[in-house]
Amino acid sequence: MRLRLEARQQPSQTMQWLSPFLAAVLAALGGGVVFALLGHNPATALATLFLAPLATLDGLTELGLKATPLLLCAIGIAVGVRANVWNIGAEGQLTLGAITGGGIALAFGGEGHWWTLPLMLFAGAAGGAFWAAIPALLRTKFNAHEILTTLMLSYVAIQVLGWLVHGPWIDPEGFNFPQTRMFADDAMLPVLLEGARLNAGFLLALLAVPLAWGLLSRTAVGFRLRTVGQAPAAARYAGFSANGAVWFSLVLSGALAGLAGVCEAAGPVGQLQPLMSPGYGFAAIIVAFLGRLHPVGILSASLLMALLYLGGEQLQVTLQLPIAATGTIQGMLLFFLLATDVFIDQRLVFTRGPAHA
Amino acid sequence: MTINRRSLLAAPLALPALIGSARAADPFKVGYVYVSPIGDAGWTYQHELGRRAVDAALGAAVKTSFVENVPEGADAERVIRRLAQDGNQLIFTTSFGYMNPTEKVSKAFPRIKFEHATGYKRGPNFATYSARFYEARYLTGVVAGRLSKTGIIGYVAAFPIPEVIQGINAMLLGARSVNPAATIKVVWTSSWFDPGKERAAADTLVAQGADYLTQHTDSTAVVQAAEEKGVWCSGYDSDMLKYGPKTHTTAVEMHWDDYYIDRVKKAMAGTWTTGDVWGGMAAGMVKLSKLNPALPAPLVAELEAKTADIKSGKLVVFSGPLKDQSGAERIPTGKAMADGEILGMNWFFEGVQGRV
Amino acid sequence: MHDGFALIALLVATLRAATPLLLAGFGELIAERSGVLNLGVEGMMLVGAAAGFIATASTGNPLLGLLVAAAAGALMAALFGFLTLTLRANQVACGLALTIFGVGLSALIGLPYQGTPITGLATVIWPDLDSAGPVVQQLMLLDPVVWLALALPFLVFAFLYRTRSGLVLRAVGESHDVAHALGYSVLRVRFAAVLFGGAMAGMGGSYLSLVYTPMWTENMVAGRGWIALALVVFSAWKPLWLALGAVLFGFVTIAQFHAEAFGLDVSSHLLSTLPYLATVVVLVLISRDAARLKLNAPAALGKPFSAAG
Repeated sequence: MRLRLEARQQPSQTMQWLSPFLAAVLAALGGGVVFALLGHNPATALATLFLAPLATLDGLTELGLKATPLLLCAIGIAVGVRANVWNIGAEGQLTLGAITGGGIALAFGGEGHWWTLPLMLFAGAAGGAFWAAIPALLRTKFNAHEILTTLMLSYVAIQVLGWLVHGPWIDPEGFNFPQTRMFADDAMLPVLLEGARLNAGFLLALLAVPLAWGLLSRTAVGFRLRTVGQAPAAARYAGFSANGAVWFSLVLSGALAGLAGVCEAAGPVGQLQPLMSPGYGFAAIIVAFLGRLHPVGILSASLLMALLYLGGEQLQVTLQLPIAATGTIQGMLLFFLLATDVFIDQRLVFTRGPAHA
Repeated sequence: MTINRRSLLAAPLALPALIGSARAADPFKVGYVYVSPIGDAGWTYQHELGRRAVDAALGAAVKTSFVENVPEGADAERVIRRLAQDGNQLIFTTSFGYMNPTEKVSKAFPRIKFEHATGYKRGPNFATYSARFYEARYLTGVVAGRLSKTGIIGYVAAFPIPEVIQGINAMLLGARSVNPAATIKVVWTSSWFDPGKERAAADTLVAQGADYLTQHTDSTAVVQAAEEKGVWCSGYDSDMLKYGPKTHTTAVEMHWDDYYIDRVKKAMAGTWTTGDVWGGMAAGMVKLSKLNPALPAPLVAELEAKTADIKSGKLVVFSGPLKDQSGAERIPTGKAMADGEILGMNWFFEGVQGRV
Repeated sequence: MHDGFALIALLVATLRAATPLLLAGFGELIAERSGVLNLGVEGMMLVGAAAGFIATASTGNPLLGLLVAAAAGALMAALFGFLTLTLRANQVACGLALTIFGVGLSALIGLPYQGTPITGLATVIWPDLDSAGPVVQQLMLLDPVVWLALALPFLVFAFLYRTRSGLVLRAVGESHDVAHALGYSVLRVRFAAVLFGGAMAGMGGSYLSLVYTPMWTENMVAGRGWIALALVVFSAWKPLWLALGAVLFGFVTIAQFHAEAFGLDVSSHLLSTLPYLATVVVLVLISRDAARLKLNAPAALGKPFSAAG
């Protein structure tokens, strides 16, 4: 007799709700063991990781700030995955959005135009969309797979940013350190709470949740995307364009990632520097799957991912745990979350006799 | 989110700070922010040694803590703020990219003192500190000039920022002071930390005739490469002798111990004031690490003499005539570069092969 | 004489820089050929680098270190295989999570070993080295792992196209349903391929920590896992092209240093974009013809397989 996984007839409602809790329990147990091995009280450490960052209003605003780029990138990625289009280069599109939006800030910031900030946001989205349009073109015209072209273009974008901040855009009064001028006040996103860093970018990201949800489940476009992704043959029969789906989802996700980039530049960073994102574009892929490709799920997943980052810092500050330990535990948590979700669509069955895997 | 938002937010922000200053019997908390993992050599490691020295010197009266591997971006500000909220009264941020985040947090926490390494922005509770690493670089140049037979020094560097360029130019001056034909070949790795790439860069330089290597990156790969190839080398940041027992001549070693102890003591006593410290060999912030026993005695004596000259101010490293790569004189004879010119240095001297 | 020496030195440096890419790349090529996309190469390389270093530091035997590194990489891959093959979780997400986990885990287990000196893997001692010419002498300085890496393209080529197992592997990667219908155990083949990929990645990582720069420091793989992934695509999943790509990539890096040392006047940032742009261009060239692409890219790449469904 042995265990085997079997596809369920229908996704399990129970598991949809139970899975995150199951993952949390497993993660708490696994994390507790690691903390104990490192000589820390598991209860204190777990509380530090998961609860301490949420204990103050300041912590909550930071959570929203950290979740903003993850949320924006992940929603775009999820829209693509629904249509079977894999954009794993959100990091590069984010970087390009920071470059184009930041370019506007450097050119017009401080001149007091009302349109500076809107233009920056538009330029950031357009920059990200442009960077994603290249893989769309390569896919539809030349069949080149977007998983790979989007990833390669990420590295290119990061080097282009490096070149700009080391060269043409370097702050002339900055003693030749690789960064641009600070953006002027009129080129910065307004903060939502005085004294905190949470800014209007968070509202944009929140706004993207219902819009994406509406798009995916309430419009003909969403239906076409899903059909192209899940039943390509049926989509062809219905006359839905596969190329159209590639273009639409890549450009949309590029624009959202670009928006995330300009929000980072015009928000917590306030200038351009060689590193605009500590890997948000990649982490967002995990967020998209943790959120089960659903906008509302992604919202919670992005907050959870942000919490993992903040909790990791908190562990360092208060318990002096090395960064290595927090990284290990973060990776472990992701495994548990990804693994337990599997049981929504599948179930364990016992089979007798020799199994054919 | 409309009513009382200011007081709501201010309460958790201000509370730890108040508690921290109210209870005098508690240990004085000092926080450090590091840009990379601590490791066992390199820029961050030297700051960590300084932190440990504070612990050792002041014992139970202080409680130090650190956060390592903090990216220079949006996250830095939160980490610094977290340390401030956690009751730290003095916070050292040890990488250039923390300048603007440190400035922002320092304005939000006027009672807490902040010190930022290598930056140029300051405030009433926001000081800066750095060291004239180039002074010791000059001395390693003297070593290279004496030991190199080809007269070609290979220099593996990360990014063309002023601190790196100062080091390269200073080393050239040191080498040319004893061998006027010496040149430096520079290759850029475009990364502070990539041992494999640094290794490849070192191999390349040796293949191009360099028989003395040095680096301005954050790993020990170049020293190891030199040891394997049997060419002389000098380390940076930390004493790297154990990675090159036969060929590591000496290193430009940073010492933050005395500085940190002094600043923490002043902050505890209430005599801390803001300002900018840019100490050199005279202040003990930069030293030559333990010399390799294989160095010839006359060279050791020469180094001792020149060290004394630098400390006394008799030898000023960046003094004219200084020519740029095109041969044009930028600093005339008898004139020394001003600190501002050194801080923003973005051009190579004649004799350096490479591009800024 | 000096120019010839410099040229051979350039070649040797190129081969050494390419070795970790070759090892990890061929592991990933086999995994992808079976239809599994594992984006966790960087994490597996790091764990291999740390585990191999620890084993060497503890036993003094770098060969054992290499084996331990392979085993550690395979263990990481087994975790990935369990999640994606047994549980059918998403491959892209699990691969990325594997990298996050590997970065942390390697740093954690390697923490006590930072700065520990080891004697790295020595080069093979050849008799009469002195009497040989300088060119031969340089080549003889290459360590055994480089020779292994150089043999890999031919071994993998022979395996894929000249053995029955290779045929099965390719069949599984082309269409798991057909392979299943023919009676092959899709999951078993894929698991084996993923484990091989992990072992090679682990070994590739340990080449850095045991031979190239014999030390352990956090994150020392510094992105080579991602480059190996790119190279597999660059090669259009063909072994000989992968070898060429890895050597070319190593050469571009080294040549860039040479050019800079000669005083080349181009931004190093823009130069650094060239390998990635080249990969995109090659990908476009090989993919342009849809029929040819079908021959190359494993059609089932990234798709989960379920015998029941």
